[in-house]
This record gives sequence, C-alpha cells and structure tokens, in this order.
Amino acid sequence: MTDISAQDQAPEAVEKTRNQWWDVWDQFRSHKGAMAGLIFLTFITLFCAFGPMVWDVDPGKLDIRNKDVRPIYVAIWDGDAKTSWARPMGTDHLGRDIMSNIMQGGRISLAVGWTAMILAILIGTFVGVLSGYFKRLDWGLMRFTDLVLSLPILPLLLVMMLLFRDPLRAAFGPETGIFLLIVAGIGITSWMQTARIVRGDVMALKEREFVLAARSIGTPPRRMITRHILPNVLSPIMVSATLGLATAIITESALSFLGLGFPSDFPTWGKILFDSVDRMTAFPERVLWPGLAISLTVLAVNYIGDGLRDALDPRIRGL
Amino acid sequence: MLNYTIRRLVLSIPTLLFIALVIFLLLELAPGDPMGQMPLTIPDDVKQRMREALGLGEPWYTRFYLWLYQFFIVEPQYWIDGIFGTNLADGAQRIISFQSRSPVFDTIAERMPQTLWVVGMSYVVGVAIALPIGIISAYKQYSVFDQAGTFVSMIGFSVPPFFSGVLLIVIFSVNLGWLPSIYDTTHEVIDWETLKFQFQQMIMPVMVLALQTTAQVSRYMRASMLDNLGQDYVRTARAKGMTESVVIMRHVLRNSMIPVVTVIALGIPSIFGGAIITEQIFKVNGLGQLLILALQGNDIPMVMTITFLLAVMIVMLNLVADILYGVLDPRIRYD
Repeated sequence: MTDISAQDQAPEAVEKTRNQWWDVWDQFRSHKGAMAGLIFLTFITLFCAFGPMVWDVDPGKLDIRNKDVRPIYVAIWDGDAKTSWARPMGTDHLGRDIMSNIMQGGRISLAVGWTAMILAILIGTFVGVLSGYFKRLDWGLMRFTDLVLSLPILPLLLVMMLLFRDPLRAAFGPETGIFLLIVAGIGITSWMQTARIVRGDVMALKEREFVLAARSIGTPPRRMITRHILPNVLSPIMVSATLGLATAIITESALSFLGLGFPSDFPTWGKILFDSVDRMTAFPERVLWPGLAISLTVLAVNYIGDGLRDALDPRIRGL
Repeated sequence: MLNYTIRRLVLSIPTLLFIALVIFLLLELAPGDPMGQMPLTIPDDVKQRMREALGLGEPWYTRFYLWLYQFFIVEPQYWIDGIFGTNLADGAQRIISFQSRSPVFDTIAERMPQTLWVVGMSYVVGVAIALPIGIISAYKQYSVFDQAGTFVSMIGFSVPPFFSGVLLIVIFSVNLGWLPSIYDTTHEVIDWETLKFQFQQMIMPVMVLALQTTAQVSRYMRASMLDNLGQDYVRTARAKGMTESVVIMRHVLRNSMIPVVTVIALGIPSIFGGAIITEQIFKVNGLGQLLILALQGNDIPMVMTITFLLAVMIVMLNLVADILYGVLDPRIRYD
C-alpha cells in the first residue's frame, strides 16, 4: 500500500526505509547489561575457539614433574608457592595445563549448549506451529506437551545417560557418541516451553487480517507457515532460544558434575569442576575457573535474553 | 470447583500411568545387569535362577503390572498396617531393592526426613526472602534496590548450585572454618549447643537451594506487583485517602499473590531436582543421593520408584496450582 506517488512528490520528507532489525539493534544497544553480555559471550567464544591455536598446549598431556602448579597470581602473596609463567592458570594433579583444559572444555560445553538449544527450538517451533495452525492436531499435541512437562527431567536424563552411554560410545566413538547423547537428551527434554509460547502466538496470528488476505488468494498452508507465520513468531523464538542456551549449558554441566557426562579424557567445564572438588581445600582456584566460566557465560546469555526481549517488544522500542 | 477437581484427579490417572510406562520402558532398555556385581564363581545356571528369583524372567508387561500392583495396592496396605496395626497386606510381596534386598519404601522412608528438612527449609527461606524483594522492587521500580534485586536474581538464575555450593564450602568451611562442609545426618538435637550445630550445618545447603527459589519467585512477584500497581482500583484506594501501607499490603499485595502462589506450587518439584545436586555436594544422605547410588548400582526398582514418586509430585502440584488459582481468583471459573 506504499504510495509511490507520494514518495515521488516529497522524497526528502520520507526517511530512507530501514530494515526493522536496525531498530531492534539500536534498542538492544541501549541495554547496558545485554551489551556487556554480548561482549562477554563473544570474548569467551573466541577464547575457546581460537585460544588453542595461540596457547598451543595439549590439554590431555601429562606432565607429572610440573603437577599442582598454582596460578601465577598466587606468587603475589605467597612467594614460595609453585608458580610458573609457562602455566599461567596452573596445572592439575596430573600436570595437565588448566588453561588449555578450560579452552577445550569451553569448546565442548558451548558446542553442546548451542546444538542442544537449536534442537530444542526446532522441535518446539515445529510442535508449536503445527498445534497452533492446525486445529485437528492441537488437542493431541498439547496433551503430549503436558505429559512431557510432567516428567521428572533430571532423573530421566540421568537414566538416559546411564543406559545409552555404552551403546552410543561403541557406535560413534567415545566423544561423538556422548556428544550426540547429551545433545539429544537435553534437546528432547526442553522444547516444551517454546512449543507453548509459539502455539499461543500462532493462534493469535491466525486471526489477523493479513493471514485472511493471504488465504483468500489461495496460499497453501505450507507457504502460509513459512512466509507469513514463522517470520512473525521469530521474536518469541529468539527470546526462548537464549533461555534455552542458558539451561542447556547448565544441564550439561550438571550431568558432568554428577559424573554422568563426558568421560574424563574429554574435559568440559562441568567435568573439570567435578574433578577438582576433591582437591578444592588445597587448590580452590581449580573449582573457581570452570565455575566462573559456566556462571559468567550463563549470566551473559541471560542478560542478552533480557535485552532481546526489550528490543523485540515494539511497545518499548523507540522510547 | 469440586466437579473440576474430581475431573482433574480422574484425568491425572492416565497421565501417571503413561509416565510410569515411559520410565519403566526406559529402564527396560537398560543394558546393566543386577547380577553384574555378583562373584564370577557363581555358575551360570545359578545366576539365571537368581535372576528369575528377582522376577526378571517374566515378560515386561507382567512385570509392569506387578510393579503397579505393588506400588498402588501392596505398599499402601503396608502403610496402613504400620499406622493402625491392622494386617491388610498379609505378607504380600513388596517392591524390593536389587541392591539392599530390603523394601524400597523402607529405604525411602529412612532418607525422606533429611531431604524434606533441607529442601523444605530452603523453600520456605527462599520464598520468605523473595516476597519482600519482589514487593519493594516493584514499588520502587528502577531504584537502586530494584537494580540490585534484578542483579541478584540474575545471579540466582545463572550460578548453578554445584558452583555456588562449592564456592560457599571454599569460603566458609575451608578459608574461614566457620561451617562444616559435610552435613551430618546422625546429628541429634538435644540442647542449645546441638541446635546451634544443626543450624550451622544446614545454613549452606539451604542457602544454595534458596538462592534459586528467590531468583525465580522475586521476579514473578515483581512483575505481578507492577501489573497491579497501575490498575484503576489502586488509584481509587489512594483517592479514598487510605494510607500507603494499606493500599500496598492489603489491596495490591493480595491481588498480586494470585499468580505467585501458583508459581510457588509449581516450583516445588524443580527444587527436588536441585536437591539431587546439592545433596551430592554437601554429602547429605537424602533421596537425591539415594537415586544416584541406585542409578550407579543398576537398582531398577529403586530408580523406578523414586522417579515415579517425583512424577506423582509434579502432577499433583500442577493440579494444586490450578485449583489454587481458581480458589484465589473468583474471576476464573473452570466449570
């Protein structure tokens, strides 16, 4: 309905059309916590992704002569402590370098978090759109969602880990097998909230005039969903994606912490934390680093979600 | 309302049966063998007979039915017998743990008080902290207190219990030496000194769990208060000349509590999930630790029963939350 003639008459009066995502970005930038979160998440991602290229120490290499090295800052108050510039974060009881372990662990933890979140969002959106758009499927799908919601998630995840660990390890190798298992486990147990939110929004959208207009010119359901419905439910999906990423990282660490995650040769943040708990009396820094990495990453993601929610809400935007 | 409650109760039966089936079939796939820890010198045919003695020879649907029968019929009978001294059960087979060879419910009853004590206390403490924070945060929106409250609840959401717990142990047990890091469940409270010790050993696990509750409940409380503070009836109440405390505490708070009460009810199951981790950190020998031990020992009846009890709790609290919503808010009519 844009008036081409009006634009011809007064080209200066009409502002250059902007992509709406620029407005979202402007609003997002004004949220200090969200910006700090985004900066931290970028930093920790780059640190884990490219860190090992710069800090070229094998995380699994045993160096028994240099075991139990304290982090370098301990030298400030304790000159006799065993510190070394070659091991800035210290080493563990087998002489493995902690900094390279944190990097390697971060790679796995973040990869698990992102993949599990994407899986959960895909399932949730699929179920939500189907159940919101097609009335026939709604009752069944929503009862199913309610059923899954009333399952005790953490115990079931533990059971799943225990049962399928060995078969999958045999089929795909130790690392890939466990990775697939954890991602699938978290993914299929955390899609329900997304499905509910998406369903509600789709049902509201379905009553809008533009959907009626699209239907009146004969748009088939498949194209209706991909062209008209999905772009309009993108904002709630993005917000629940950030929440999902935060929960996925915490769940993976919790599983590793309970000793049911990755095997000990494959460090993740939760696993490093779990392995260090026994020696935390003498070496508190070893629980501090991985714990801080988990907490700060999740905090950053939560703040990004907060900022996104504000930025994507057109009622707040532009104030 | 009664009609609705009965309908929901009836509907929850198929839900629970389905959940029991899911858990049972998942455990059925378990490659682990309860005979795995038996000495290797036992001949194979004896092992086979021992397996059958544990009831593993039957097809899965028979065992599933038996488990349901034992869970819903036999165990309540023993329970009633225990209370009234009757003899309803008449020596019927109970659910037996593979590991300890004793009835599962006896072990659960032994572990329950520790978990309930820690979890229940933490929930009460968490809610008691959360409500004032939520109320003040909403009343003084965007103030320093509100910002601080937001930050604290963000921390509560982000710091997992296995880190906050470990951090507390490092600070208060290792560095300062004020509090014990291991929860001593054999400790008995007999005088002031022992009461003080009980308080000391409970404070850390309770606070770790309470932080999670506080974060969640205070957010809901704040949002709900903000919704209500802008309503017309608040302005009317102020215009009538009521004092600010009456307006807030009597009018706004009561209306804001409606959604918060349901959140509090719905949050109880998740705190039991958190207790699994917290008990592991502070070495509380409660239900969560029992579950982990049973999982590691392939103790299928134990895992099945504990997991199912948690599911029952989730379903029942969902029901309670919905009914409470209807009771508290007369605008909502289910019938």
